Amino acid sequence: MRTRPITRVGQYVALLAYIVFLGFPLLWLFSTAFKSPREVISLDPTLLPRTWSLDSFRVALDNTELFPSLLNSLIVAVSTAILTTVIALPAAYALARHRSKLRTVTVGWILVSQVFPFVLIVIPVFIVLRNLGLLNTLPGLVLVYVVWALPFTLWMLQGYVSAIPRDLEEAAATDGASRGQVLLRVIFPLLAPGLVATAMFAFISAWNEFFFALVVITDPAKETAPLLLARYVGGEGLVNLGPLAATALITTLPSLLIFAVAQRKLVSGMLAGSVKG
Amino acid sequence: MTAAAQAPATIDPGPTTPPAARRRRGTPVGLWLLVPSLLPVIAFSVYPLLNGIWLGFTDARAGAGVQFAFNGVQNYERLFDDGLFWNSFGIGLVWAFSVTILQFLLSLGLALLLNAGLRFQWLVRPLALVPWAMPSVVVAILWKLIYQPDAGILNAFLKNLGIIDTNINWLGSFTLALPAVIVVGVWAGMPQTTIALLAGLQNTSTDLHEAASLDGAGAWQRFRSVTLPALKPVIIAITSLDFVWNFNSFGLVYVLTEGGPGGRTKLPMLFAYESAFSSGEFGYAAAMGNAMVVLILAMLGVYLWRQLKENT
Repeated sequence: MRTRPITRVGQYVALLAYIVFLGFPLLWLFSTAFKSPREVISLDPTLLPRTWSLDSFRVALDNTELFPSLLNSLIVAVSTAILTTVIALPAAYALARHRSKLRTVTVGWILVSQVFPFVLIVIPVFIVLRNLGLLNTLPGLVLVYVVWALPFTLWMLQGYVSAIPRDLEEAAATDGASRGQVLLRVIFPLLAPGLVATAMFAFISAWNEFFFALVVITDPAKETAPLLLARYVGGEGLVNLGPLAATALITTLPSLLIFAVAQRKLVSGMLAGSVKG
Repeated sequence: MTAAAQAPATIDPGPTTPPAARRRRGTPVGLWLLVPSLLPVIAFSVYPLLNGIWLGFTDARAGAGVQFAFNGVQNYERLFDDGLFWNSFGIGLVWAFSVTILQFLLSLGLALLLNAGLRFQWLVRPLALVPWAMPSVVVAILWKLIYQPDAGILNAFLKNLGIIDTNINWLGSFTLALPAVIVVGVWAGMPQTTIALLAGLQNTSTDLHEAASLDGAGAWQRFRSVTLPALKPVIIAITSLDFVWNFNSFGLVYVLTEGGPGGRTKLPMLFAYESAFSSGEFGYAAAMGNAMVVLILAMLGVYLWRQLKENT
């Protein structure tokens, strides 16, 4: 198709506008974190630091609450990723290989879980956790996250299972492999990349989550990183913009790294998330 | 959207499997495989959902433990007269509609651009995706830095352009706070919408485009009569999902404004959260949640039904 030059110019101008709109806030966070304390509060701010400084990072890392909160986040996110994947795997296999009424029910549930407001379940979940003695504990938070990530994970994984030809299983079975051997030797290795992508997805969603953490965790020693950040914003954060930006960057790093590694896979997952059902 | 969603199902060679093989891996085994998933989902999702509906008809309070009683529709009567709730509901609608529509229009533009085979578009992809991988709290913080009244870049920028003389306290202004948080909502929600629309675009056939082009259709005509109709299912699905997601959002605005100033950005979720966990009125907050779901489903139902009727 021919595109007129003037249209092309318009397209590039629009592309530039998108780059600015999408990229600028990220640049500003980055720039604020690397400015010297004096420059951060300058009334005549510049796009990039005049002098690059690590002072804000020093202050951020000096905060004794940062590492415990990052560790809490890490424990919660890794546990969520592993548990969700392990729990979802058999169900995903069943969903992909057996067409039953249960499949319809599950797909329906996945769809419902998307539009379901947390406010509707947060109070009962709070009560359940309280009755189980899991309120204000990291395992309690993990349980909530696992359930929250499950529908999504299940859908992603069953897609990966479906992509493995059934013939492979049949062939292995004909060669005398037992059911367990088929799963272990044939399906599992082929599914490994899918499992990793799914786990990464669950990790990112747990690492970034805020609402349930706010409700479930009240003890500062058990805070996850987003909770610590939110507490900063309320109080000292507005005074200490540089360290706030630095802490925000440090907190984003793990999920960003995972995202960078598995971008393609996660995007297809994201897509499944916005279209599932 | 529908096409993409059905993709895994069409790969599944289920129906073609010989009956013998099907019987060998009968349903009972499949059922057992579902148990590990079903148990936590029932405990932390199905049960709470049903319990939440029940709580809406009780006088449950935070400190009272299990000693609460059925109180009929009292909560709903109170809700009906609660001006603050309706105010918050109205804010939620303005927020959800604005964010959804702006998000959709901007994402559609971006998706079309990314589909146009331009140079440098690889630059935009990661930029458009990064917000998705960020905690909502961090997104809120980076915009808080931009909106800073004194050292914020937005005020400095507008001042340099001569548009404003005095600094504006964006998030503290009665009139500007809601528009300011709407911009953040759009920015944060664009990745998912763009990806979905881009996938939809890439699924539409180029043949029709070529044909329309040969027939002398201009870019706008091609867009209106070829691209848009083909995208319609994707558009309906993503805008209705976005609407519900936006209506239910919490973290972003909570960290940006905590619902202020003077409740001007108190989205329904923030309102319900406060009722439950600051005032401790579990029963009332649960009723609020139930009412919101019913209202939103009613609205979305009408929208979806209209779209469906138009399409048939």
